[in-house]
Amino acid sequence: MREAVDDHWYPVGLLSGLEDTRKTLLLGREIAVGRNGAGVFVRDAAGRALPTVARFGHLWTSPGQPTRDLFTIPEADTPGRQLVDVGSVRVKCSPLRAVENFLDIAHFPFVHTDILGAEPHTEVERYQVDIREEVDEVWATEVKFFQPQAARSAEGGIKTEYMYRVPAPTCAVLYKTCPPRPGEWDVITLFVQPLTEEWCEVWPWMALYDDQSTMAEMVSFQQMIFMQDRSILENQIPRKLPLDPGMEVPTQADMTSVAYRRWLKRIGYTYGAQLVAA
Amino acid sequence: MILYDYILSASCYQVRLMAALLGQPLTTRAVNFHPAKEHKSPEMLKLNPKGTLPVLQDGDLVLTESAEILRYLTRDTPDWRGQDEVWLSFAAALNGSIGTARLHDILSYDADIDAVRRAGVQHLRQLEAHLVEQRFDGMIFLTGHTPTIADIACFPTTALAPDGGVSLDVYPSIRLWMRAIRSLPGFIEMPGIHRLHELEAAP
Ligand SMILES: N[C@@H](CCC(=O)N[C@@H](CS)C(=O)NCC(=O)O)C(=O)O
Ligand SMILES: [Fe+2]
Repeated sequence: MREAVDDHWYPVGLLSGLEDTRKTLLLGREIAVGRNGAGVFVRDAAGRALPTVARFGHLWTSPGQPTRDLFTIPEADTPGRQLVDVGSVRVKCSPLRAVENFLDIAHFPFVHTDILGAEPHTEVERYQVDIREEVDEVWATEVKFFQPQAARSAEGGIKTEYMYRVPAPTCAVLYKTCPPRPGEWDVITLFVQPLTEEWCEVWPWMALYDDQSTMAEMVSFQQMIFMQDRSILENQIPRKLPLDPGMEVPTQADMTSVAYRRWLKRIGYTYGAQLVAA
Repeated sequence: MILYDYILSASCYQVRLMAALLGQPLTTRAVNFHPAKEHKSPEMLKLNPKGTLPVLQDGDLVLTESAEILRYLTRDTPDWRGQDEVWLSFAAALNGSIGTARLHDILSYDADIDAVRRAGVQHLRQLEAHLVEQRFDGMIFLTGHTPTIADIACFPTTALAPDGGVSLDVYPSIRLWMRAIRSLPGFIEMPGIHRLHELEAAP
């Protein structure tokens, strides 16, 4: 039996930032998130305590009955990484649009010009995309792209290799080659809290090998990148993510997005999705 | 010269932009304003008891208001000074209206969002009306034919209005003025304010 929309885990705050009580929305319903003498809590509008998990620097909750534990990212646990709480940014877009944009490598030269991409290096080579049935996740591997400044710690352009993973409908994880540590992957995530179907709070988080940058520098680099995406996201039409094929023409770069949409449809995750052609 | 800086701050960007246009070297020190509220940390409060950014430190001198910092950076370049005072206060008002709407929409700051957006629209209408007058007199910038600190103070918050849900579509003179600023030699970007490459010839 598949999980309903309510049965997934969602990020609702930074563990390091929980103060008294914060009122917020989850899937269109008001919740209260905070910390008191007994620890962290999440309550719904009726005062009912919702289940919580503390992981990846964030507090997670579910308004339904989760049948599975929240996913893990074993790579992020290897010692020596900087765990970076990037903080939230609110965006007027579908939570699924936010995830889809994160999976799209072709926008780098145009949206993150001279940082994550640059003209004329706009080509995305063939790569591998799978829906992994056994873990119920979407994966894209062997994604290679030329980048002028792949990370805060990078000097000069390099060809970067990526892997993308969608472990939950509103979460995406990317692994990228790590300039100071060949053989290891930097981990960069996008955890999305759906406020409503067309409004979300985005919590990026990173686990990086970087011993040159200060925490504030890594945070500001990532906020800069995400704010470049925000204006694009707020202007996408239609606002909800269309799940039916034929509405937008896919290119090689979009194969991950096509797989993501197909997977959402297969698991019946329709919150923030548009099912019928507008 | 050290700027205690936050990448998404329009006020810090005034300082970065001014220094870039003047070709003055500036060392930026990133402050984790969001989410860590480092601008309220004991070290930052010692530097600036108000707990705000930007903060400029030059030797023993510490300046904590963007308007003051712009005056300081241009102390030896009279070309960049004009009848600026009224526009420096106007920039502060813009920051209170549109700037607050932006922090509300992006970083979830508390605000009476309808009220600050309404005030923002009033401010933009004033700015548009003034720039129309300037154009009738053959001038593109706020105080004359060339840019001054007035322009650099007002430009960032204005250009970032869409981040706070305030459209700039209906202000043709503001848009032309922003374009003139973006085409200045040495111009630098910030997230939400792009360089002019879209102006290059379409294929
Ligand atoms: N720029 C960050 C990651 C950027 C990031 O998270 N941005 C999303 C926005 S679309 C993305 O897909 N980035 C790919 C990347 O990191 O290169 C880094 O390289 O350290
Ligand atoms: Fe992006």
